[in-house]
Amino acid sequence: MYFKTIALAGAVALMGSTAVSACEIGARVSIVGNEFPAIQTVGAGAQECAGGEVSTNLTADHQKINLPGMQGNPAEYTSAIIANSSIVALMNDDVIRPLDDLVAKHGDGLAKNQLITINGQVMAVAFMANAQHLVYRADILEQAGVGVPTTYEEMLAAAEAIRSQGILENPVGGAYAAGWNLAQEFNNMFLGMGGSHFKAGSAEPNVNSEAGIKALEMMKSLSAYMNPDFLTHDSNATNAEFRAGNVAIMNMWGSRAATLTSAEGVPQEVIDGFAIAGPMTVGGGSTPASTLWWDGWTVAKNISDAEAEATFLAMKHAIRPEILADDEVAKQAVWLIDGYQPTDAAVGVFEAAKAQTIPYPMLPYMGLLHTALGNELADFMQGKESAEQALKDVEAAYIAAAKEKGFL
Amino acid sequence: MKHKTFFWFFLPTGLAMLLFIALPIVSVVIQSVYAPHEAVIIEVENCGPFGCTTETTIDQEATAAVRAAEPLGRFVGLDIYFDRGHLAVAEIKEAWSSTDSLGDFWDVLFNLPFYRALAFTLTYTFVCTPLLIGLGLTIALAVNSLHRHLKGLAIFFSLLPMIVTPLIGSLILFWMIDSRGILGNFISYLADDPDLSLKASTPLMWVSLIVYGIWSSAPFAFVVFYAGLQTLPKDQIEAAQIDGASRWEQVRYVVIPHLMPLVTFVALIQIMDNFKVLEPIIGFQASAHATSLSWIIVNDLGGETRQLSAAATTSVLTILGVAILLSPVLVRTWRDFKAGGH
Repeated sequence: MYFKTIALAGAVALMGSTAVSACEIGARVSIVGNEFPAIQTVGAGAQECAGGEVSTNLTADHQKINLPGMQGNPAEYTSAIIANSSIVALMNDDVIRPLDDLVAKHGDGLAKNQLITINGQVMAVAFMANAQHLVYRADILEQAGVGVPTTYEEMLAAAEAIRSQGILENPVGGAYAAGWNLAQEFNNMFLGMGGSHFKAGSAEPNVNSEAGIKALEMMKSLSAYMNPDFLTHDSNATNAEFRAGNVAIMNMWGSRAATLTSAEGVPQEVIDGFAIAGPMTVGGGSTPASTLWWDGWTVAKNISDAEAEATFLAMKHAIRPEILADDEVAKQAVWLIDGYQPTDAAVGVFEAAKAQTIPYPMLPYMGLLHTALGNELADFMQGKESAEQALKDVEAAYIAAAKEKGFL
Repeated sequence: MKHKTFFWFFLPTGLAMLLFIALPIVSVVIQSVYAPHEAVIIEVENCGPFGCTTETTIDQEATAAVRAAEPLGRFVGLDIYFDRGHLAVAEIKEAWSSTDSLGDFWDVLFNLPFYRALAFTLTYTFVCTPLLIGLGLTIALAVNSLHRHLKGLAIFFSLLPMIVTPLIGSLILFWMIDSRGILGNFISYLADDPDLSLKASTPLMWVSLIVYGIWSSAPFAFVVFYAGLQTLPKDQIEAAQIDGASRWEQVRYVVIPHLMPLVTFVALIQIMDNFKVLEPIIGFQASAHATSLSWIIVNDLGGETRQLSAAATTSVLTILGVAILLSPVLVRTWRDFKAGGH
């Protein structure tokens, strides 16, 4: 009898919990977003909802399609999963709606720090944090007799030690591919040197400065310890070099660090030696040479209120605290969800947040500067022009683009 | 053909061309002379997981009214054509007056994105096109002289580079020329320089792209020339043989003149295609060393903030470039047509 009661209680509890996590929506939901593991989890979570069709389009090209897909009326996508850099493009064209009323109605369980407010209005709900930080091979650093670098200057010294002892020819890794990646590495180094991208309160560029030149010089020094093809290495290629055991120290995304050595065919010494630390500082500064990121979801403006409500419910369901019960999911990201316990892989991003790393600027014209940096810095990295000339070119290219877009 | 018959015969094609070719071009031209409205920017407080900061954002309410009144944006005329990202008129004027030697002037010129892209695009077009025509003709002659049992197989293998999707083809080559790839290693072994890397050197990257361009387009020339060879009159060749012409002389004085109209055709198509080179630059991730006009368009559209007007302007300039390049060939074709008509 006693046993029966317990079984019954258990069953009731189970039913109760499914009732809580079940998701009922009344209209169509269509999601566009990037495709890394954590976002795949969120997309699949939204598709658990019943009562309306939930479709997802998760692709690395999401930035090219999310804006056109939300400009129509009604919009094709009811939700775009974006980061602090890419929300700007959606804000600039006014295609996402304020979520205050939906948060008031259905927002229980969302933490305050998940709500991205712009000018007092909630425009997005963040679900994970990200940052670039140090990833290294503990065994190789030990063999070379150097400590874990905390500054880029120490990283250079460690690289020299590893190379001179003949352990690895090109021990430094970096996503220095010309374009977005190279520009992002400059952003990191530039902020670490104490630079700020724009003159205060305006869209006037401010990268052609002492901090900019110092940042470029540090990048050039690092590149001497990289695979000579570094200008074609994006995050994927850099990770492949690390997995192959060719790289001992690199600055890498937190969202990729967790799964770095779980790929097939990674040598055992790489798996055993793999370690993570916080981001490094540079040039004697105290601000890490890195940026903080969040990933979150938005709701389209040009859709019916019913669809907006359904989207909000489905997306909220996808990031409910229960998803963290799955260990694999918990490891995929530094979740900004209630009850998240940091895993070993999260230490780098946590250190970045603790060390007062600057968030990637959420400015309407930052994307244009990022593009200009990505196009114009490769010449300097190849030794074809001086740092001053490269930064002058960046500012000129940015000014032409900003004038066209009506920012200057 | 009677004019009336021709009209009805051509009407569906003409309509389709108007709808899918002429109208989009008109829209691109319009896009290129309009730019987005001046943004009304306000300072606001933004809050998120990492605390609150004061940042700027676009004032949507203030902008919405302007946008509704003039949905095309503000008319800027040819401003974008002349800005630094395109023809860079002001920058060139300044460089002309401030540089002492022509060499310095070229340095400034090729530091400007449009001219840098144009330099590679033109080099690519004018090196690839003749070489791929030569290679295509050579393959066609070689295959044509094979035993008929072998021809099918030889044709299939000669066509492979064209069958492979350009992006995939260039990616495969990209991995092979990587400093850890099979070709990259081999070349650095040949040069006896372990640090030599194709991808790190601009001249070698240009060579790789051009070699890829020839490799991927030669099959097209081959197919056209091979078809042309099937129409070669046997008696002419026999007459040449009786006259004691060597194999080279037969090719030079009989085969090539016979194929000349096809050479013009292939040159026309390939100049057009090569001027729009894009896939190998993306596949080889070569943008640090070589850019093309099409690459600029894709790059303008692919950034976090899309630059539609800039992309439209480069598109119009590309169309103009193709028109200029093709004009000699077109003029010649027109003259031949007139001459043949009478």
